Amino acid sequence: MSLKQNLHNLKEKYKGTKMAPAFNAIHTFLYLPNEVTHGGTHIKAADDLKRTMNIVIMSLIPCLLFGMFNAGYQHYAAIERAQGITSEFTVLGSFLTWDNLWIGIIKVLPLVIVSYGVGLLVEFIFAVIKGHEVEEGYLVTGMLVPLIVPIDTPLWMLAVAVVFGVVIGKEVFGGTGMNILNPALTIRAFLFFAYPTWMSGDKVWVHDAVNRVGTADAISGETILGSYAQNQEVIYSTWDKFAGFIPGSVGETSTLLILLGAAFLIFTKIGSWRIIVSTFIGAAVMGLIFNQIVAAEIITDSSKFYGLMNTVWWEHLMIGGLAFGAVFMATDPVTASQTNKGKWIYGFLIGFISIMIRVFNPAYPEGVFLAILLMNVFAPTIDHYVVQGNVKRRLKRTKVKTA
Amino acid sequence: MGLLSKKDAVLLTDPLADNNPITIQVLGICSALAITAELKASIVMAISVMFVLGLGNVVISLMRNIIPSKIRIIVQLIVVATLVIIVDLVLKAFAYELSKTLSVFVGLIITNCIIMGRFEAFALGNGPWRSFLDGIGNAVGYGVILIIVGFFRELLGSGTLLGFKVLGDPIEKTGLYAIGYENNGFMLLSPMALIVVGIIIWIQRSKNKSLIEEN
Repeated sequence: MSLKQNLHNLKEKYKGTKMAPAFNAIHTFLYLPNEVTHGGTHIKAADDLKRTMNIVIMSLIPCLLFGMFNAGYQHYAAIERAQGITSEFTVLGSFLTWDNLWIGIIKVLPLVIVSYGVGLLVEFIFAVIKGHEVEEGYLVTGMLVPLIVPIDTPLWMLAVAVVFGVVIGKEVFGGTGMNILNPALTIRAFLFFAYPTWMSGDKVWVHDAVNRVGTADAISGETILGSYAQNQEVIYSTWDKFAGFIPGSVGETSTLLILLGAAFLIFTKIGSWRIIVSTFIGAAVMGLIFNQIVAAEIITDSSKFYGLMNTVWWEHLMIGGLAFGAVFMATDPVTASQTNKGKWIYGFLIGFISIMIRVFNPAYPEGVFLAILLMNVFAPTIDHYVVQGNVKRRLKRTKVKTA
Repeated sequence: MGLLSKKDAVLLTDPLADNNPITIQVLGICSALAITAELKASIVMAISVMFVLGLGNVVISLMRNIIPSKIRIIVQLIVVATLVIIVDLVLKAFAYELSKTLSVFVGLIITNCIIMGRFEAFALGNGPWRSFLDGIGNAVGYGVILIIVGFFRELLGSGTLLGFKVLGDPIEKTGLYAIGYENNGFMLLSPMALIVVGIIIWIQRSKNKSLIEEN
């Protein structure tokens, strides 16, 4: 008897018991169940929840792999800089090396494993208690979480945050599809407010920088945003910023690969291009406004906001987590606006507020996750007014006709 | 409870769980969020409210037949304000540091919805002894939640309980901190108090299904 047949027999045996949902989850993850729909006509489409989730995960894989190499690259580059060595940068010679990948494997993979392990455990427990099937909702969240935390985040902190995010961010509202806030960002926000020393500053972004504080081997882990916020020179070229050879959270540095993922999501019609485009527009507009303020000399270089306000608007789109947030977080179909017009407003405000928080919060110069969480809360309101506006316009039209 | 008849005992026990002012009636939330970052402040707040509510209920109950109903709110406010000022002055005299932590929230006991709620709903229609029991019962129900929230917030947020370092010293890295544990700064912020209260409500309702309203 094949494994598949065995599993089906086991399923029949455990039917109706408490553990059934947990077992079914593993079973349907591996195989298509033998059950077929009974009676009636059903609309058939291939893009069920599981497939949607898998496509998003596939579009995240390049970012994850890049993040693993980048973890090692930033580590060794920071050491070289601290020792005063300058070496020629080549993608094959100094980026895609086994040494770099090894750092990625020992630092990034545990984050992924803890994120999935803890998150799915919580999902299993809730499925057993509530007696429903385990939902696929955590598959994407579990992949997003390791990509948006600093590399040296202690694993137990991540575990605590994942429990909080999944329970308070999602399960209390009724599970996948019912949540108001994006669970991955809830986890990120929890980490940020609970353990700020591990989530901000100039050390946590490069592996081992925290341990080396105060020793002779001290290295810097300053991000580009951090340098701008302190009015310091930025040592990275535009190409570095675009391709992602910069310090930052694990998977959000490479704008190039994120746009590749975005293209894949738009092509498969999983992600909304309206939200992605409008987020970038919103950020660009806010960046332009700040540039104009600097150009009008309202803010001069003595101000603490000068560094980030003076950043050219298109550079704002490449640095920090804006691109990652726009493509993978803002487009979450559950928490985003549903109407097309609403999506434009929603995305625009995310970008607009992101840059505003980024500039006005020099202690932690990044606000994409806060902006998206804020707009998650407002998304239903935006939809309401878009729908009501539409209703009013059409009512008016019928009145004119009848009059 | 030999002292109390069954009917009176209910006045004391009901607000502890099934009719808790915070978790069921959702009153007095503002102070529950504001002062529960430390266990000590929560306990002092609970005692203060117990004093004000217990005595206030008795006073209002004694005067219930002579208060014209048109100006009853004003009379109630005067009674609460008098009692709150007594509490405030006592705290300032004997626990000045604590009084500074509680700051404006002692004064704001006046606006604690539980107090006005009990005056209106109970003391105006019942005798002094029953009103006293009702006031104490509700204040204890309020205090229990405050102390539970304060316990978790101080333990997880600062690693202390009543000021004692129960989890070790975060700066010298002793106790739990030696193995990498860190305080959860989120616990010290008010939103976390709301979430803790929410979790208590959640647990209470899943234990006692009759509390869940039908939609």
